[in-house]
Amino acid sequence: MQTANKVSQQSLTGASGAGVTALRFVGDISSASKETVVGTYEALDHSSVKHILLDFKGVEYLNSSGIALVIQVLMEANRAGQKVAICGLTPHFTKVFTMVGITKYATLFADESAALAAL
Amino acid sequence: MTAKSEWRSMANGTSVEVRIPSRLGFEKVAMSTAAAMAKLMGFTEDRVDDLKTAVAEACINAIEHGNHMNAEIPVGVVLSMFPNELEVRVIDDGTGMHKKPSLPNIDRKMTGEEEARGMGMFLIQALVDEVEWVPQEKGQSFVRLVIRVNPVSENAEMKQESASANGK
Repeated sequence: MQTANKVSQQSLTGASGAGVTALRFVGDISSASKETVVGTYEALDHSSVKHILLDFKGVEYLNSSGIALVIQVLMEANRAGQKVAICGLTPHFTKVFTMVGITKYATLFADESAALAAL
Repeated sequence: MTAKSEWRSMANGTSVEVRIPSRLGFEKVAMSTAAAMAKLMGFTEDRVDDLKTAVAEACINAIEHGNHMNAEIPVGVVLSMFPNELEVRVIDDGTGMHKKPSLPNIDRKMTGEEEARGMGMFLIQALVDEVEWVPQEKGQSFVRLVIRVNPVSENAEMKQESASANGK
């Protein structure tokens, strides 16, 4: 019953000229998405990646287990000294991410262009 | 009385029951049913979203902790309409939650002192108007959620109906 999820990766450039690696998620982000979320992050070339943008625009369903995977990425990125931005959340999940304190470790943006303008 | 509140009055006491297998992913069936009922009752989109997350998390808890992922044991979801609120009971075969929901501490999660998971009960409590976990020693424990129609939206609806009636 768990719906398939997928992720695509893209190299972008922020307004400051910094390289930004975007991970765009599609489908469901739940306990079944560990490989999609954490696995994809861990497979990045961490010697060159300094800014990461997690894009949830294509996500149809997100639950607390999925949010825990996002926290796991934030934890590893924090240790690696990387900056994480998040975009594409619905107003509801913007509220939920704020409630659980994610905004302390990642900046939320309405969309990709707003995120790139600030990076 | 507005059209929506009149409809809610007629539906007072109406219940819908959904039984889902204890398999992750099926919580979305209960979530969609709850959302459909809330929309019929005239809940605003943001309240429907709050309800969807709360119902999904309650079902996930029931599947994982109440029924221990045994797909043979169903999770019961009973949704009851009242004039200004929707009550949802999520019933599993366990003995119930005996701990109180704790506030997630992001700093502790980031250092690994607290599990990254374990936010479900907190989210349920934060997103609905009333919640109680009712343990039962012999199983069939349940969580009861209540979400109320936003009075602000009711006022907006009345103004809109009034404006339409006045040809504005």
